[in-house]
Amino acid sequence: MAVAPYATPIERAWHYIFRAICALVLLFLIAPILVIMPLSFNSEPYFTYPLPAFSLRWYEDFFTSDRWQIALKNSIFVACATTALATALGTVAALGLSRANLPLRGLIMGLLISPMVVPVVITAVGLYFFYSSVGLNNSYIGLILAHTALATPFVVITVTATLTGFDTSLMRASASLGAPPATTFFKVIMPLILPGVISGALFAFVTSFDEVVVVLFLASPEQRTLPKQMFSGIREQISPTITAAATLLILFSVIMLTTVELLRRRSERLRGIRG
Amino acid sequence: MTTAITAPTIVRTADGVPLKAKLQRVERVRRLRAFALVAPLLLFIVVTFVVPITTMLYRSVDNPELAANLPRTAVALKGWHGQGLPDEAVFAALAADLAEAHANKTAALIGKRLNYEIPGTRSKIIATARKIAEVEQGPYKDVLVKIDPTWAARETWAVLARTVRPVTSFYLLSAIDMRLDADNQLTRIPSSDGGIFLGVFWRTLVISVTVTSATLVLAFPLAYLLASLPTRMSNLLMILVLLPFWTALLVRTTAWVVLLQTEGVVNDALLWLGVVDKPLQLIFSRFGTIVAMTHIQLPFTLLPIYSVMKTISPSHVRAARSLGAGPFYAFWRVYFPQTVPGIAAGCLLTFILALGYYITPALVGGPTDQMISYFAAYYISEELNWGMASALGVVLLTATILLFLLYSRLVGIDKVKLG
Repeated sequence: MAVAPYATPIERAWHYIFRAICALVLLFLIAPILVIMPLSFNSEPYFTYPLPAFSLRWYEDFFTSDRWQIALKNSIFVACATTALATALGTVAALGLSRANLPLRGLIMGLLISPMVVPVVITAVGLYFFYSSVGLNNSYIGLILAHTALATPFVVITVTATLTGFDTSLMRASASLGAPPATTFFKVIMPLILPGVISGALFAFVTSFDEVVVVLFLASPEQRTLPKQMFSGIREQISPTITAAATLLILFSVIMLTTVELLRRRSERLRGIRG
Repeated sequence: MTTAITAPTIVRTADGVPLKAKLQRVERVRRLRAFALVAPLLLFIVVTFVVPITTMLYRSVDNPELAANLPRTAVALKGWHGQGLPDEAVFAALAADLAEAHANKTAALIGKRLNYEIPGTRSKIIATARKIAEVEQGPYKDVLVKIDPTWAARETWAVLARTVRPVTSFYLLSAIDMRLDADNQLTRIPSSDGGIFLGVFWRTLVISVTVTSATLVLAFPLAYLLASLPTRMSNLLMILVLLPFWTALLVRTTAWVVLLQTEGVVNDALLWLGVVDKPLQLIFSRFGTIVAMTHIQLPFTLLPIYSVMKTISPSHVRAARSLGAGPFYAFWRVYFPQTVPGIAAGCLLTFILALGYYITPALVGGPTDQMISYFAAYYISEELNWGMASALGVVLLTATILLFLLYSRLVGIDKVKLG
């Protein structure tokens, strides 16, 4: 988008003003993340610049204190279980949703997506009542089931997106060559939709890993996760260990983002879509 | 094989079944197969999501406390039509029920429920139950009125007659600041008397609209830039949009808490630049809430607008310019109208999500910036008033579902995109 040679001086000026506005918006988007990372290396427990000295003490605290380590372990455990369950359920459902002859598709899709749209507090309140009547409050199973319900829409959406434009004649070709449905699924369909499935799984993992409202309602201190630990940390007294945890989580997001982006490109290449 | 002679017009398959029937059968099997694939997740969502939320909806009208603990009074009050005081039989039933409640230690529960309707009744009920348990015989009307004059008030009985029914409109009406008076007439609850919810809904709406507009104002130019830059460059800048999108909500909220603190980075910078003399109150304020929410929602508004802009051919604007349109006119009459579907999709999604915000206002906002979700959570964890929490949930859920239906009509559910 270079300035056109016939542009008037006003257009020229606007061109640069416009770029400056965009730069400010990008700065707004990225600044909080850039500001918090260096603060985690502060040697003093303050949140101001300039930093008096460089130190890793908050990282040491994060990796040695029981509170943070239990929270980290719980988060990883719940997120892994959620990912496995949500990916299995979501992928199979997406295969069904992409078939042309599914009855009531709109209604089913709306229902399957709804956990993503309904405010989490409502889900949490509903589950709180429901779990107290079946005895699942303060249990890992209850937490995993709740997170799975919240995470499946992401798997359904990503895998369904991968399946649009899926060439169904490949399945027929495989069947006509004598492959049973299971072989067709694992040898023909799966390799093609795998990037979408992995993206969906990563979304599911992140959904569970970041989720805090359901944990606040349904989990006992024993099941506290990283976000809950951060939440109570901010509420009570904000310790710089939170900035260390936040920095680690940002690094984690960078890895996730890169993986999903690479997978998306691979998927588009596999399906012959030029980006 | 006589098929060809008897019914020449019906085409049949090799096993003699009419082709139409056979095709229908195959189609039915296919539909069942497709449904069987969706069924496990559908069942899972129904059990772990739809059923809990439906039961929650029922709790907003569920009224079991008095119906269960004042059974005789409930029966006796059916004969009372709200004129004057009920007769001795009703007083005797209440006396018996309260004596039993005292023995079962359920008087406090009855008191708590009636206290919602008439503040200050809780202690009266408990005291009456304790005293009536020692009374051997009636007339109970005189005894009860002697224990507490509240039993001589018609209003008490009107509320009691309404509250012993197993279903109540109390919570839902309270959620919109209304209540029934002694004559079952709807009246407004003044804000001095706890009628705060219309204000809370209004505040939720104002914050959501402000955040949505702010994200649109910020997202539109950036989306335009990203859509018009060469792919390599725009992919690079897109990372700056997607990184916050992928970062945990709590991390971003923490970042804003750190930035906006009175001793925080923003105030330090403002002081250093000499813009202000003393630190501004940025955190625990409406400003902080809106800034943090706008930051979190910006990618949700931006991405749909961006993907629509990607599909608009630059030759449209060039054609308009070559036909003599000025730069602004060409943009406004040719380019902008084509971006409206993206704007609608992005803004609607952000608005729906903004309505349900809880964590960010709770951490960055002050007491007057809390939205509906906060109050629903508050009634669960602090007040243990499940009916009220459910009623607020009903209002929030209704608004969300209506907007979601609008979204699926305007945008299409299939168009929900991630990243």
